[in-house]
Amino acid sequence: MSEMLLAVEGLTKAYPGVVANDHVGFGVAPGEVHALLGENGAGKSTLVKMIYGLVRPDSGTMTWRSEPYKPATPHDARKSGVAMVFQHFSLFEALNVAENVALGMEDPPPMGQLAERIRDVSGKYGLPLEPHRLVGDLSAGERQRVEIIRCLLQDPKLLIMDEPTSVLTPQEVEILFQTLRRLSAEGTAILYISHKLEEIRALCDAATILRQGKVVASCDPRERSARELAELMVGQTLHRPSRAAAEPGEVVLDIDGLSVESSSPFGTALKNVSLKVHAGEVVGIGGVAGNGQDELLAALSGELSSHPTAIRLHGRDIGDQGPNRRRELGLLAAPEERLGHAAAPDMSLTENAALTGMIRERLAGRGFINWGKARRFAEAIIADFDVRTPGPENAARSLSGGNLQKFVIGREILQRPEVLVVNQPTWGVDASAAAAIRQALLDLAARGAAIVCISQDLDELMEISDRFAALNEGRLSVPRPTHELSIEEIGLMMGGAHGMEVAHVEA
Amino acid sequence: MLRLEKRPSPSRLWTGATPLLAVLLTMLAGGAMFALLGSDPVVAIRTIFWDPLFGEFAFYYRGQLLVKAAPLILIAIGLSLGFRAGIWNIGAEGQYIVGAIVGAAVGLAAYPTESRLIFPAMILAGAFAGWLWAMIPAILKTRFNTNEILVSLMLVYVAEAMLASVSSGLLRNPDGMGFPGSRNFKDYPAAHNAFLIEGAGVHWGVVAAMIAVIFAYVLLGRHVLGFHIRLTGEAPRAARFAGVNPSLLVVVCLGISGALAGLAGLFEVSGPAGQISIDFNSGYGFTAIIVAFLGRLHPVGILLAGLLMALTYVGGDAAASALGLPSAAIQLLQGMLLFFLLAVDVLANFRIRFGRTEAA
Repeated sequence: MSEMLLAVEGLTKAYPGVVANDHVGFGVAPGEVHALLGENGAGKSTLVKMIYGLVRPDSGTMTWRSEPYKPATPHDARKSGVAMVFQHFSLFEALNVAENVALGMEDPPPMGQLAERIRDVSGKYGLPLEPHRLVGDLSAGERQRVEIIRCLLQDPKLLIMDEPTSVLTPQEVEILFQTLRRLSAEGTAILYISHKLEEIRALCDAATILRQGKVVASCDPRERSARELAELMVGQTLHRPSRAAAEPGEVVLDIDGLSVESSSPFGTALKNVSLKVHAGEVVGIGGVAGNGQDELLAALSGELSSHPTAIRLHGRDIGDQGPNRRRELGLLAAPEERLGHAAAPDMSLTENAALTGMIRERLAGRGFINWGKARRFAEAIIADFDVRTPGPENAARSLSGGNLQKFVIGREILQRPEVLVVNQPTWGVDASAAAAIRQALLDLAARGAAIVCISQDLDELMEISDRFAALNEGRLSVPRPTHELSIEEIGLMMGGAHGMEVAHVEA
Repeated sequence: MLRLEKRPSPSRLWTGATPLLAVLLTMLAGGAMFALLGSDPVVAIRTIFWDPLFGEFAFYYRGQLLVKAAPLILIAIGLSLGFRAGIWNIGAEGQYIVGAIVGAAVGLAAYPTESRLIFPAMILAGAFAGWLWAMIPAILKTRFNTNEILVSLMLVYVAEAMLASVSSGLLRNPDGMGFPGSRNFKDYPAAHNAFLIEGAGVHWGVVAAMIAVIFAYVLLGRHVLGFHIRLTGEAPRAARFAGVNPSLLVVVCLGISGALAGLAGLFEVSGPAGQISIDFNSGYGFTAIIVAFLGRLHPVGILLAGLLMALTYVGGDAAASALGLPSAAIQLLQGMLLFFLLAVDVLANFRIRFGRTEAA
């Protein structure tokens, strides 16, 4: 263990009500790609936040090259040589790449020099990136590169990556892995947080598995099967979503030539999107983030208004109807962004249950809300979907991502939708919660509902959808039966290595 | 070193305790200021905060308290609905003035007829005029996406100019020997907002303020509209997802606050002020913004904050005359109150951690 770059021992951090990390210990050697594996709420984020100086441990020690390591701020951590790429990017869309990189650096060099260095580093690691492009115009994969390059310019000894592949196409994932392998070969250690088991098996040298704040196993992921890893992570035998094959019914939702502008300046307009969704069918819509997914959801939920005939539900024109009218008719939706869109962060779960349940659950009479009924509805969601929370009076933001997602999806499913549109139903959700959500969607389809599942997780779409279509720059491809498609074909439908073929414009 | 750590949920205890803490800190800092001005701090603070409530002349001051608090509460309740939803009506002063002018004009037009219908008609006219004045920023915002803060604020100055004009022109007392100012409503019983109980300070404006408090409490707690208002303020995207029409909400919130401000103006001009004059308004429309925030945009909080603010007015006047404190010092005290409230506000959402920073 004397060769360890970073060694963590007995690290404990408790929050009111939960012990996020309970005597966690592991070590990372120089040049090692070390996986941190665990369900949501297992304590991975807290652990890396302590390493990155964002959170202070209650007890326990960290050593950095055999010296005591106690970062009080991310600034201290960066000085020691720790860099981190967050799951959610912290970039300014209205600034260009070089300016964004400069904002995250300790003492940025002049712009000209910085642009030069960005080109150097991006060339060296096979991450083509033009320093003068606006971040608002970049794809998610390219934005991630901005974050990675920002880290690499600091010449880190340890690079922490939090769920980096959730926004990438398969081709982009391969490019990222090549970069990470090259970094590792040069001696940079990588702490790789994920719950995607195949990725970890392909990339990592060692894995530490966390469950409920404790280390439950340390192993070489290449020597274990994905199933074994999953069961270590979840602590139980994993259930694979399944359903009986059924003949699709009549067309319920008919999207015909839907074109809408985005409401945000950096959004993507939908261009002539057409799709027929049958009762009992799951249509999966893939695509790299930022290709119109948010707009498609908004156009279907009723937040974006379109031409009346562009969307038909049971033959009725609803393109110009608002969200509540669509709910009345049976079209429900669950947006991607849990906090602030699907749910109001500071409001209680009861209030959040009323947020969409008001109409179909008849939570209001003559304009007055029946809070007792709303509370019972929230309790039903919590019970049926195994949402872990002390009770419905807790604020939505106090729930972990996976639990809140179960609540959001459960809230719509319990309202017996005829059509359910979901965007990223399992984004940032742990394996067992994701399996539960997918099973719930399949069960719903089996009961005759039509489901549109927008997702960037291809494994998920392959697993649950009957037909697959991809969004690329606001255009929807022709849907094809999923079982006929290979992952490579899907990648190409999504636009290949999105924007990746743009290599160096100049050396 | 002090560090702030965000609480997972806002602390209930601190949400209630911070206003009290702010009042306490204001007393301390205000006392220090009075001491520097050469007054006995204890006497000054007692004169301002204690005597009006429990002193020798409390019977007089308590009534004054209600008279001052009622318009503040009435306006602040209306403002709080919009503020909750992120709709910033800064021009309540203008709506208050216009409500007073139009309401008073209806009464004066009927002079000297005696009818039970005159005062109710004035009330309706005042509320309607305030509503109409607030519709200007509302429609400009929803149609042309103008900033309601600027438009409503600028309309205050238009309203003030109108007030100056009518008090020396259109509504001037024909029997007033050329002095500016309208007839006095005290001399016109059918239009006078008289005290309902002599000496208790309760006039129709006080009753209306109480009704507004209850109305807002029920609206925010139980009604779908109140839920939508809160939702819009907390998470605008979630509100749209929940089917809230943002334009409609702007119109409704500005409309309610305008109507309530107009009502407050009418009750003030026909009661305590007694007449339309160039300076009858005494700035309640702006002070109500402070009251709304002091009361945490909560109806019951606003009720208490309105009374507290009235106390600093009444007590401040008493201290100015009894102890010879400059009125600027009283205003400073009111400023301190707002400052401390905002400063300690952070405790509701954050906890303070003591710890040292160490270099790695």
